[in-house]
Amino acid sequence: MQFTAYDTAGFFDEMFETDAHPRVGSALLVQRIQALPAGELLRRQRAAEQALLQMGITFNVYGDAAGTERIFPFDVIPRIVEASDWVLIERGLKQRIQALNLFIDDIYQAQHIIHDGIVPAFLIQSAKCFLQPCVGLRPPRGVWCHITGTDLVRDRDGQIYVLEDNLRCPSGVSYVLENRQVLKRTFPQVFEASRVRPVDDYPSRLLDMLQYLAPDSVTVPTVVVLTPGIHNSAYFEHAFLAQQMGIELVEGRDLVVTDGFVFMRTTKGLQRVDVIYRRLDDDFLDPLTFRSDSLLGVPGLFEVYKAGRVALANAPGTGIADDKVIYAYVPKIIRYYLGEDSILPNVPTYVCWDDTERKHVVANLDKLVMKVANESGGYGMLIGPHASSAERAEFAERIQAAPRNYIAQPTLALSRAPVIVEDHFEGRHVDLRPYILYGQEIYVLPGGLTRVALRKGSLVVNSSQGGGSKDTWVLAGEPNAC
Amino acid sequence: MLSRVADSIYWLNRYIERAENVARFIDVNLHLMLDLPAGTTEQWAPLVDTTGDEELFQERYGEATREHVVAFLTFDTDNPNSIYSCLRAARDNARSVREIISSEMWEQVNTFYLMVRDAAAQGRVMAEPHAFFTEVKMASHLFVGITDVTLSHNEGWHFGRLGCMLERADKTSRILDVKYYLLLPHVNDVGTAVDDIQWSAVLRSASAFEMYRKRFGRLRPDRVADFLMLDREFPRAMHYCLMQAEESLHAISGSPLGTFRNLAEQRLGRLRSELDYAQIDEIITNGLHEFLDAFQEKLNHVGAAIFETFVALRPVTEASTLVQGSQMMRTR
Repeated sequence: MQFTAYDTAGFFDEMFETDAHPRVGSALLVQRIQALPAGELLRRQRAAEQALLQMGITFNVYGDAAGTERIFPFDVIPRIVEASDWVLIERGLKQRIQALNLFIDDIYQAQHIIHDGIVPAFLIQSAKCFLQPCVGLRPPRGVWCHITGTDLVRDRDGQIYVLEDNLRCPSGVSYVLENRQVLKRTFPQVFEASRVRPVDDYPSRLLDMLQYLAPDSVTVPTVVVLTPGIHNSAYFEHAFLAQQMGIELVEGRDLVVTDGFVFMRTTKGLQRVDVIYRRLDDDFLDPLTFRSDSLLGVPGLFEVYKAGRVALANAPGTGIADDKVIYAYVPKIIRYYLGEDSILPNVPTYVCWDDTERKHVVANLDKLVMKVANESGGYGMLIGPHASSAERAEFAERIQAAPRNYIAQPTLALSRAPVIVEDHFEGRHVDLRPYILYGQEIYVLPGGLTRVALRKGSLVVNSSQGGGSKDTWVLAGEPNAC
Repeated sequence: MLSRVADSIYWLNRYIERAENVARFIDVNLHLMLDLPAGTTEQWAPLVDTTGDEELFQERYGEATREHVVAFLTFDTDNPNSIYSCLRAARDNARSVREIISSEMWEQVNTFYLMVRDAAAQGRVMAEPHAFFTEVKMASHLFVGITDVTLSHNEGWHFGRLGCMLERADKTSRILDVKYYLLLPHVNDVGTAVDDIQWSAVLRSASAFEMYRKRFGRLRPDRVADFLMLDREFPRAMHYCLMQAEESLHAISGSPLGTFRNLAEQRLGRLRSELDYAQIDEIITNGLHEFLDAFQEKLNHVGAAIFETFVALRPVTEASTLVQGSQMMRTR
């Protein structure tokens, strides 16, 4: 299959500088793909899909009763991130996570940033994800956001922006690891020559980080993964990570609080648990503190946590920094805590609670993307240029009714990467979600989940809305000869 | 091992075994009806009795015709013990312990489930019932075999075997109970061709016909009962199942056989030793139905004790309200 007819017009392409010229890090791969005999690439694509199917790499779709498991669509052409881009991304993410962690810590303690007039107090009070019970809390080792999956996008001119921070329970890292297993088999020679940085040690690093959080008195900590259960859309990932780390996968009903500690119920009796990697939202963690109707959580868990007898990753309350209105303040937050300019810029964001900005938004709905402050997964957003005038009018009313809950951003011309469409290549929009671990130090996994909007022209990459994925190759330098 | 995981593996195996047994009942009855003399009314109600869901059946279908009973026992999603419901429950349990069981086991449960689901959707089972029920039986055997050769024979495996053996012992006792009760009253039939056919059907529904022949030769009601209840070597005999179950229970706890350290071991050991020294003549004299009925009840108590011992773990300082609904209480 050839790239001769591949069209890069109108967008930044991740693989090609112009139609005929691949980027430095991609040249080897392009050359290799074009040298494959006819039909071979499609055969490898099918083999890769088959491998994913057999590994049982599936996700659940909510509201789909019959056969709720699906394969996450996968495109066999890797997305390549060159070493120079990665240096910038890594520095930018470390800076951002450090500042956001300081911000969350401050918000739940002295609130200097409010008193100094950087972030308005009412935005914090009105944020759905601000957790009153966390006020005054000091999490183990001073870290709140242990695992982050930041969404990055690239605009037409090649500039990389941070789109979302995802400081709560970001998912998708299992696909990063599994996609890599599959791709190593698909392009073994190019892989070796391209000097791709490894991602396979993620589970060990995750486990090290989690063990670091255990109370000092514990020498061999018991770490568990807490899942909402088999009906959760990311259940496969929870099971996968537990298996890879060699620790128990528990549900809320497996845990019990007694005598001031958390225990799990085993066939040999109660066993104490020291660290919980919880993949359960804050609201559901503990019915005694948060939502009282939660059957998924553990009654009394939060008290034990406050007493420092169990660690939770991530800490409850990090959602405050995921609020899309707070997001708009991140450049100021970085400057306030670190005295630095942001290395990775935000997408320009209009906050609708501000009268001037709201007027601009309402007048330009056809050019902007509107988002709800507290939603994720691509739900509740309106892409102005793709919406009908009736949809825009309806959205304008919603904004006027509750301005605090809405933000707007210019519609970015997201960069594209080639995917296989039947028997040829076409460009599709992509984003990138790197994963960051914050324990003893901040670590950025050299790789990440590249999500692809598989529908032609679509800008929505979420798996719940027709997105697929690619393996992401972060290069250590320029490729060797193959 | 987490209590919930043990519980799920136990029920995964019970549900697969249950689906297989339901397929056995129906298949054998279908054959039996073919052999009955013309003019005899078909007997389908006893099948529903075997599973113990008479009330639900009455409520939903009324008359126990062949179509009704097969539909109820095979694909009815409102019947928690239909083959389809059993497979759904088995699959849900398997999914929740996917990182514990082997991927081959998961694939087999999934394939088995999809096969039954597709058959239900196509509605062609009545056209070729024997093929379908044989397929169910074989899929269950395949699961047991795969489990045996791909999962370490560790605690999880023993919980699985415990579930499988208790379920099987229960179902064999029910087959015998219903048939004995139904067939015996016709004194005139004893020793006739019809009688032979019916007893061989009882044996066949437990895949026991050939093994019985090797052991006893001629068909005699009391010997059929003896074989299905007290045989120590036939894998579907109640006695054999309890011996195996007990072995697994003691492997889990580490207590030596012949002793007990918890309620489950005590109850199962007592029930097994009853069968060790039982005599079929005595049982029949005192009432076979009464014996089997009591057996099933004691077996339920064993199940409840397993739940209490390994799953319903409560911290001593707290009330029992913390324990959330488990499947363990759903015996039968």
